[in-house]
Amino acid sequence: MVILKLAFRNITHAGLRTWLNVFILSFAFVLIIWVQGLYEGMQRQVIRDMQAIEVGGGQFWQRNYDPYDPLTLDDAHAALSSELQHLVQNGNATLVLIVPAAIFPEGRVQSVILRGIDPNQKIVSLPSQELTNKVSPGVIPAVIGSRMAKSANLAKDEIVTVRWRDANGVFDAAEIQIVAIFNTHIQTVDVSQIWVPLQRLQEMVHMPGEATYVILKQGLNNIPPGSPDWIYRDYDFLFADINNIVKSKRAGSSIFFIILMAMALLAVFDTQVLAIFRRRKEMGTLMALGMTRRWVISLFTLEGSLQGLLAILVGAVYGIPFLAFQTKVGISMPQAVEQGGFNLGATLYPVYSFKLFLLTTLFLFISVVIVSFLPTRRISKLKPTDALRGKTT
Amino acid sequence: MENAIIKIRGLVKDYPMGVTYFRALKGINLDVQQGEFTGLVGPSGSGKTTLLNIIGALDNPTQGEVEVLGYQVDKLNHKQAARLRNENLGFIFQTYNLLPVYNVYENVEFPLLLLKKSADERKEAVIQALEWVGLMDKIKSRPAQLSGGECQRVAIARAMVKNPRIVLADEPTANLDAANSHHILQTMVKLNQELRTTFLFATHDDKVISYLRRAITLRDGMIAEDKIIQTT
Ligand SMILES: Nc1ncnc2c1ncn2[C@@H]1O[C@H](COP(=O)(O)OP(=O)(O)OP(=O)(O)O)[C@@H](O)[C@H]1O
Ligand SMILES: [Mg+2]
Repeated sequence: MVILKLAFRNITHAGLRTWLNVFILSFAFVLIIWVQGLYEGMQRQVIRDMQAIEVGGGQFWQRNYDPYDPLTLDDAHAALSSELQHLVQNGNATLVLIVPAAIFPEGRVQSVILRGIDPNQKIVSLPSQELTNKVSPGVIPAVIGSRMAKSANLAKDEIVTVRWRDANGVFDAAEIQIVAIFNTHIQTVDVSQIWVPLQRLQEMVHMPGEATYVILKQGLNNIPPGSPDWIYRDYDFLFADINNIVKSKRAGSSIFFIILMAMALLAVFDTQVLAIFRRRKEMGTLMALGMTRRWVISLFTLEGSLQGLLAILVGAVYGIPFLAFQTKVGISMPQAVEQGGFNLGATLYPVYSFKLFLLTTLFLFISVVIVSFLPTRRISKLKPTDALRGKTT
Repeated sequence: MENAIIKIRGLVKDYPMGVTYFRALKGINLDVQQGEFTGLVGPSGSGKTTLLNIIGALDNPTQGEVEVLGYQVDKLNHKQAARLRNENLGFIFQTYNLLPVYNVYENVEFPLLLLKKSADERKEAVIQALEWVGLMDKIKSRPAQLSGGECQRVAIARAMVKNPRIVLADEPTANLDAANSHHILQTMVKLNQELRTTFLFATHDDKVISYLRRAITLRDGMIAEDKIIQTT
């Protein structure tokens, strides 16, 4: 194939110009894959953390329980069904009771949610075993997250008054002592939440054996069917929020993403289009020597495609080690990321799927081909004399 | 003169100039027979390059008819025009128009690649053409490394390498010294005699003019004089 030979000759002879184009192209490839991997890693990490500390392997909810409607919380409790009881006894699940309450730190009032959990549970990674720490007689041990500690200005070992209403609607009060403060990226187990021993809470509100929801062990296989009182909530349901957040993050930060893509494409566009427009005299010469329009277009498009292929190879040479290194070591995230809708660990591990590689590479490669094809086609429509004179339109 | 290889009737060429236009050729009538060794002479700006470009199917006439080798040039589509140039015309540009990333050998070889000649044929023809113009020692140089005269000789070799029916040569000796000019012109005369290649020059170089057998003088886009020169 003469055309392939010529394209190859043009590319190899152009030397520095080719390598500059190839390098910029490869940089765009790696950059875009890198950013997409960050997003993917972010999403996976949030989901993994939520599974570990909050969601477990899925949950059963008491039928009245609606986390977004605090008014339902008073009625959202029931005794476990026998299947759920069975799971709890076998160590495959643990139950949580939720009671709305108020605390009075430094004379202020602050509404909180008391969550009773079995101190010996092994289902989620909350530090519930701290609830077995010794406290003064009559005081209830409590574990809170660092955000809660900050907002209520509570320190370890501090004691604060808590007030709640029992099953009969009667107000009661007691003192709780903060036995431990934990750090988490998951706000829903932290902000306004106070974790207390399950049995104590059940006694306080006169709801022995009752719970608001049941957390299943991760990887549990034989999940029993729900009952009228207890409704099974799978991952799709439990992560609906987080998936929405991630989606809106995607959409929100897609401004950033679009800018990045635009920059990458601009680099591609710039190198290709400018290179081709700079070569219109050369195209005029080719046409004057009797090369047909179709040949000229094929030649320049082929050159662009070859450069795209080279860029993929070059990008792979330095990109794959770089990206592989990052998936191992991770990227330390600045604290500012906390401000977003979801929180990330201090280290983010990007995730690169084969699909991501394939789609991004394909997308960019096609862009390169198009960006080589369109300007060439435009120039090749000129009369040879105009192209030779370096005319633009 | 029915077997004219180039036949021009009432050719007018206008260049757009803002809202109006500039009339570079004002009604040219011209016949060139096969095997002529003819020059377009005349002052700068008289339309020599414009006329050569139109004959070479690189530009369109505004009015009139131009027939080259039996093809109505103004009615050819893009592909047919490219084919006519590729197969039958050799163009030597006033501005050389060499391919910058190719070396001398590759520049001269290029038209033969387009003609899909075999590697052996290409090699033989390229070496012969480079010997004519005396550039065998610069085979590997890029155009940027050559002097103006050397570039011009590459352009000449490139136009001649495929033995075209017609060579259109725009100021082919402008940058050549006397010795090179005469050597190349003698080679052209020889080709003209042996292969009946038709040569049409645009020039004001006396050395070229001294070899012409017909000189057509252009002035202000019109033919002012058309004279046959008897050589001894
Ligand atoms: N693309 C163009 N647009 C406008 N005017 C043009 C264009 N090309 C040529 N001309 C004008 O047409 C006239 C003829 O130009 P042409 O290049 O044919 O002259 P020439 O005889 O080849 O001159 P020279 O001996 O200097 O090469 C000139 O006046 C020139 O200014
Ligand atoms: Mg001229």
